[in-house]
Amino acid sequence: MKVKNKTLKSKNNNCYLLIVICSLFLFSCSSKEFQQQEIVSDNSSPVYGDAFITAIGSDVSFMNPILASDSPSGSVNAMIFNGLIKYDENFNLTCDLAESFDVSDDGLIITFNLRKNVKWHDGEPFTAKDVKFTYDVLVDTNTKTPYSSSFMLVKELKIIDDYTIKVYYDRPFAPNLESWGMSIVPEHVFRGHDFNDAPANRRPVGTGPYKFESWQTDQKIVLAANPDYFEGKPFISKYIIRVIPDSSVQFLELRNESLDSITLTPDQWHAYESFFKHYDKYRHPTFTFTFLGFNRLRKPFDNNEFQKAIELAINKKDVIDGVLLGTGIEINGIYPPQSWAYKELPNSEYNPEKAIEILLSLGFKDINNDGYLEYNGKPFEFTITTNQGSKQRELSAQIIQQHLKKIGIKVNVRIIEFSTFINQYIAKRDFDAVIIGWSTTFDPDQYSLWHSQQTAPRQYNFLSYNNPKVDKLFEDARTTFDIEKRKKMYHEIQDIMYEDPPCIFLYCPDSLTALHKRFRGVKDAPIGVGYNFIEWWTPRSEIKYSF
Amino acid sequence: MFNYLIKRLIYSIPILIGITVITFSVMYFTPGKPTDMIADFNIKVTSEAKERLVALYGLDKPVHVQYWNWLRRVVVLDFGSSFKDGRPASQKILERLPATVLLNVLSILLMLIIAVPVGIYSAVRRYSLLDRILTVIVFICFSVPAFWVALLLMIVVGLWLGWLPISGLTSFNFENLSLFGKVLDLAKHLILPLIVSTLGSFAVLSRYIRSGMLDVLKQDYIKTAYAKGLSKKQVIFNHALKNALLPLITIVGLSIPGLIGGSFIIETIFSYPGMGRLGYDAIMARDYPVIMGIGVISAFLTLLGNIIADVLYSTADPRIRYK
Repeated sequence: MKVKNKTLKSKNNNCYLLIVICSLFLFSCSSKEFQQQEIVSDNSSPVYGDAFITAIGSDVSFMNPILASDSPSGSVNAMIFNGLIKYDENFNLTCDLAESFDVSDDGLIITFNLRKNVKWHDGEPFTAKDVKFTYDVLVDTNTKTPYSSSFMLVKELKIIDDYTIKVYYDRPFAPNLESWGMSIVPEHVFRGHDFNDAPANRRPVGTGPYKFESWQTDQKIVLAANPDYFEGKPFISKYIIRVIPDSSVQFLELRNESLDSITLTPDQWHAYESFFKHYDKYRHPTFTFTFLGFNRLRKPFDNNEFQKAIELAINKKDVIDGVLLGTGIEINGIYPPQSWAYKELPNSEYNPEKAIEILLSLGFKDINNDGYLEYNGKPFEFTITTNQGSKQRELSAQIIQQHLKKIGIKVNVRIIEFSTFINQYIAKRDFDAVIIGWSTTFDPDQYSLWHSQQTAPRQYNFLSYNNPKVDKLFEDARTTFDIEKRKKMYHEIQDIMYEDPPCIFLYCPDSLTALHKRFRGVKDAPIGVGYNFIEWWTPRSEIKYSF
Repeated sequence: MFNYLIKRLIYSIPILIGITVITFSVMYFTPGKPTDMIADFNIKVTSEAKERLVALYGLDKPVHVQYWNWLRRVVVLDFGSSFKDGRPASQKILERLPATVLLNVLSILLMLIIAVPVGIYSAVRRYSLLDRILTVIVFICFSVPAFWVALLLMIVVGLWLGWLPISGLTSFNFENLSLFGKVLDLAKHLILPLIVSTLGSFAVLSRYIRSGMLDVLKQDYIKTAYAKGLSKKQVIFNHALKNALLPLITIVGLSIPGLIGGSFIIETIFSYPGMGRLGYDAIMARDYPVIMGIGVISAFLTLLGNIIADVLYSTADPRIRYK
């Protein structure tokens, strides 16, 4: 493989020299890169073939799910690797590499029975040894993985036989089960290599529906259908991922039909229908939420009444229309409606008059008639800080600035580069208010976000939210395995947070996808369209790429 | 001359080290850590896991220790491994170089081919109709934002007319093409980035040449040449042009580091795998080994470009001699 690459490279170098000569003749030649096949035949039953081409904004870092933490890597690794369990289309945990799993009544032992017919892409059988190996590297302090925490809780992992594993814990911890969605990596491939820079990190061997074929840094990644996949060979022969950093260029490529699917921005979503002649559009709520949070270590931001007044003065519908062009939902709590822990509560009202009333009662008053309120006789203003690079957050801040101006509160907006924002502002608690968002797991445990013990500089309760009842409920809920009982606790948390909100919840943006119409078997489910990708196919007459 | 060269090279060493010290400290004092991008604001990553990563990358050591460790490795040309994907920084840089150098060399050539005649014509036929038209065109080229032209060209030439690919360096089936097919494919992908990257620089250069030429045309020796009875053609091409092109040496010499520098905007828009994107991404991700690698190579080439320009000057201009 290496040798082959080398010869290709030297050929490329020769090509470079010839270009000057050829570039003069180019405008005359303009055929499309691929020839379309025009064979008319039966279009009703699935056939193998064609390619699916999608785009990511930045290149993959590691094709090793243990080391990679960026979302492009996640999306590619998901096609190559499997975990023991996974989420199905309705967000329920279901089997993946495990044939069945069982949690003991006290929640301390999880037993996995593994599938017996699974082979790694290089033909080696998948066994319990690989699971043990994956666990070992996750807890090895020399592994550069960000995912060690859930696995540090494991007391012992025992191989019972080749296809049975028992995991022992000291304390019951409900999200433990979900953590076994972590992709399993092959022991035989990494043996004898330093895990952090093994060659397999760029030439992965997995168990998933697609096998690694090639990777040209910052250009494209090609995956090929795995004929031995345990759920059946995928119909689409190739899965190609192009790196296209600019989202408007992605959209141009889509209109040119050189991409089959991209994630749309809200304004692209609302582009003329004629742009989407060959595409279907899909819209799904996500497990993310954006909020305006106040620093509770500063006055008057620690006062719930103040926060309530600000919330009353913000027209959230206006924010969603302005920022997301309507492609999102208004939220008033920490869970999106599709989560099993979600409890429906009335949305907050938009009532600037009431907001002013509350502010007046708190000691705000416009003394010098400049249109802005003074606090305890002194001029008052505060700054909303957010990170650069998120258009949506910047726009939200600007819209909120306008809304608050109407009730006489002066707001400054400061936009800071991400790393600086985290280190200088968030970690040092040097902010009045921030607009930021969380992308959460499907499991509703949000202990690390809102528990009053999670307030160290690099921990996530940087708003310094402190509610002992919420603390207790989060503690109890994460040690309860009974879903109904857990659900009740999370409902209670939402009720308490409704009265004592940690921040002003703004919106939950939808994920927006465009997908080429030639693909059949696409199912629209709560989790999104890609979940049954291996069942997708194109009718023979519409196959676009042949190999 | 030889002694001068040796002296210049020796002087370059402390300058080079100075540059690395400054780059390293600027980078160190920039808020943020490489682990931020990997681990921060990820709900699955606890603070203990973050601390562990910081220690594994050696970021908990004092700054002078970090610099010393880095310098020791650089002496044997080991720039360390990228924090982003664990690959050697030098490998990441080398892999980008061919595409970057290709685009920039072509762009500089194209720039010279267009800018020199335009500049000379504008100077010789000053205030003629064509000079005025060229001036307007040049200023338009100079003023329009590159990303805007790029998107416009992509829409017109790529999408509407379908003549050229919109972005990328090669097509999917590149590996299966014949040699001629490969050249053609690569060339087609290069045309739009080339046009856009030449646009601004050609405009600047043609103005330089125009004013250089105008200065020369005012000189006494030009009058003498005319007085000798030489034709206008001979005066311009034999006497004036050579002298007017002297500043070109400086400009081309200084553009040597630019050869590998790449342009973030053009590369991002055209999804072109070049150095500009590598550098920008490295800075945003605080990928110290890659930033330092690029920094050292650029510094080295800048110094080299300066020396080459000085040497060429002394060859081209007899008034300048080094002892």
